[in-house]
Amino acid sequence: MNLRRLRAVVVKEFRQMRRDRITLAMIVVVPVVQLVLFGYAINLNVRGLDAGIADQAGTAGSRAAVMDMLATGVVSPVLEVATPQELVDALRRGEIGVGIAIPADFERRKAEGAEAVQVMVDGSDTSVQVAASQLAQMPLATIVGLGEAPIASTPPTRPVSVVAFYNPERRSAVNIVPGLIGVILTMTMVLFTAVAIVRERERGNMELLIATPLSSAELMIGKVLPYVAIGFLQTSVILALGMWLFDVPIRGSVSDVYVAAGLLIGANLTLGLLISTRARSQFQAMQMTFFVFLPSILLSGFMFPFSGMPRAAQWLAELLPLTHFLRLVRGVMLRGASLAELWIDAVALVAFTAVMMSAAILRFRKRLD
Amino acid sequence: MSAGDDPAIRARGLTRRFGALVAVDHVDLDVPRRHVYGFLGPNGSGKSTTIRMLCGLLTPSEGQIEVLGLSIPQQAEELRRRIGYMTQRFSLFEDLTVSENLEFMADVQALPRTVARQRVDELLEEYRFADRRRQLAGTLSGGQKQRLALACAVIHRPELLFLDEPTSAVDPESRRDFWEKLFDLADAGTTLLVSTHYMDEAERCHRIAILDRGALVADGTPAELTDRLAGRVLLVVAPDPRRAQQVILGVDGVTSVAQVGTSLRVLVDDAGDGVRSHIRASLHPIGPAVRIEPVPASLEDVFVAATRRRNTCEGVAT
Repeated sequence: MNLRRLRAVVVKEFRQMRRDRITLAMIVVVPVVQLVLFGYAINLNVRGLDAGIADQAGTAGSRAAVMDMLATGVVSPVLEVATPQELVDALRRGEIGVGIAIPADFERRKAEGAEAVQVMVDGSDTSVQVAASQLAQMPLATIVGLGEAPIASTPPTRPVSVVAFYNPERRSAVNIVPGLIGVILTMTMVLFTAVAIVRERERGNMELLIATPLSSAELMIGKVLPYVAIGFLQTSVILALGMWLFDVPIRGSVSDVYVAAGLLIGANLTLGLLISTRARSQFQAMQMTFFVFLPSILLSGFMFPFSGMPRAAQWLAELLPLTHFLRLVRGVMLRGASLAELWIDAVALVAFTAVMMSAAILRFRKRLD
Repeated sequence: MSAGDDPAIRARGLTRRFGALVAVDHVDLDVPRRHVYGFLGPNGSGKSTTIRMLCGLLTPSEGQIEVLGLSIPQQAEELRRRIGYMTQRFSLFEDLTVSENLEFMADVQALPRTVARQRVDELLEEYRFADRRRQLAGTLSGGQKQRLALACAVIHRPELLFLDEPTSAVDPESRRDFWEKLFDLADAGTTLLVSTHYMDEAERCHRIAILDRGALVADGTPAELTDRLAGRVLLVVAPDPRRAQQVILGVDGVTSVAQVGTSLRVLVDDAGDGVRSHIRASLHPIGPAVRIEPVPASLEDVFVAATRRRNTCEGVAT
C-alpha cells in the first residue's frame, strides 16, 4: 500500500465528483427529498378513517357507544345513514372505510350480552383492517371483519390498551428518520461505488490503470474513501433536518450514531465494490443495486415489523446490513442505548464488511481476462 | 552478459484462444532494444491481443514471454513500473484537465514529489500543452488527446513503450507530428512497439512484423521485406484498365492486381519472365499492352503477398 498512489486516486475521485453535477445533486437532494416524503406523506399509523354510521336504535345508550368509538380518533364520521345496507353500499363505493351499524334492538341485545354493535371493515386495505380492530377492543362491540374469526381469548368486556413507549404520540417521523439514514445510505452508497468503478471500465480507464503499478487495494480503497465522507455528510443532513423538521430526538450519544452510520457505510461500500466486479455496464450495476435495495427496505424492519415476518424472511434479513443498522440506530436515537449494549449488531456489520471487501479484492483481477 | 543487448521482447509460441477462436496463433517475436518495432495487420489480426499479453494484461493460452528480462505474466507487477502503455481507445480521464491527468499518472507511478512537478511542467512544454493545462481532456481534439496519452504514458520514462494503434483516429498532420515524438523517444533509448494498419507508418519503423488472422506472416526491416519481392511487382499500362484487370487476374501465377490511377500494379509469384509473357499474351484481345515492367515493391505489396499466400494455402487445404 503506497500512500502516494492512494492519495492520487482519492484526489482524482474528488475532482471528478466536483465536475459531476448529477452525482453532486444526488448527494444532497436524495436525502432531503426522501426525508420530506417519508416524514410528511407516509403515515403508518391509521387515524381518521372515514366512517359511516347507521344508528337504528337512537337511544341514549347507542349514542354513547358511537361517541366512545369516535373518541378513539381512529375513525371520523363522514356519513350518517338509516340502514346497514346503505353502509355496505358506501363501503363498496369506497366512500367510507368503516361502517358502524347499531340495530334497533340495541338495548335488549346489550342487556342479554349478545352482539350489540357491528363494525364493518374494508378488508381490502390491511392497514385499515388492523386499525379498525382497535375498535373491537372497546366494550360492547363485536367485529365482523372480513373473514376474521372472533378471538375467543380476548374478553369482550375488557379493552386492551396499547401504550407506545418511546414514541407516545405515535408519530411516524420519529420512527422513520433514524431508519431513513440507513435507507438513504444503502441506496446511495451501494449505487455510487458500483457505478463509479463500472463507469471507469466502460470508458476504458481501467485498461490504462491496470497497466500501471497501481494495486487493486490502492485502487479500491482510494475509490471508496471519498464516498465515506459523502456518507457522513448525508447522515448529518438527515439528522439535522430530522431534528429541525420533525423534532426527532437523539437520546443516546451523537458519536454512537455516527459510529453506527460509519459501520453501515463501510458495509454498503464494500457491497458496491463487489457488485462493480460483477457488473458489465452501469445499467447492470444499477439493477444489481436494486436487487439488494428492495429486500433491504422490505425486510429490514424499516417498513414492516421484523418480528412479524416468517422465520425464513428473518434469516434473510439478518444478512442485510440495513437490518442491523436499524437496530443500532433506533436503539441509540430513540431508546438512548449505547453501542456497547448493542454490540452484536455492530459486530455483524463489521463481519459483513470484512467478507465483502475480501471477496471484492479477490475478484478484482489486474487482468483483462 | 550485458543486459542492454538482450532483446527487449522475446516471445515463443505465443497463443491466445477465446473459446473456439484462436486470436493469436503461435507467434514468435524478437524486438531489439531502442527500436521502433511495428505491428502491421488489418483489424482483428491479433495485434491488440498480442500487445496485451506482452504487457501482462492477458494471460497467454500457450507460449513463453520474456520482456525486459522478466518472464510474463508471472512478473507482470514488476514490469508495470518499467513500461508505458497507450491503449487503442483514449483511456485518460475526460473529466480531468490536462495537467490533472498528468499529475495523476505521476502519482500513480509514485515519482518523488519534486521530480513529479518538474516532469509534469516539462511534458506540458514538450507536448505543447502549456496553454491548455486547465482544459478538460474530454474537450481536446483527436490529435491532442493522443499527444496527451503519449505524454502520460512516458511520464515515468519507461524503457519500453507499447502503443496500440495510437493514430487510428488522427488527421495526417497530427500523425506526422506524433511519429516525430516516437522517434525522439527511440533516440533517447526507449524501445517502442507500435501497432498500426497504416502502410506509411509501418514504413517508418526500424523493423516490422505482419500479422494476419493471429499468425505472424512476415517480419524484418521494411527494406528486407520489400527486397524479397524484387522482380515480382509489375507495372502494367494497358488500354481499358478495368477490363485488363479482370483478364490479368485470370492468368496463372498472378497473386493480385490493383489499379493505381490509369496503370495496374500486378503482384506475381515468380520473378522470372514466364508470368510476364503470359500477361502480355492475355492482354491481346483488349489491345496491345503499352508497358509491362518490374518496379520496386512497396510495403503494401509485401503485405498483400504475405496475406494472399496464406489465403491460397488455406484454399488448397479445405
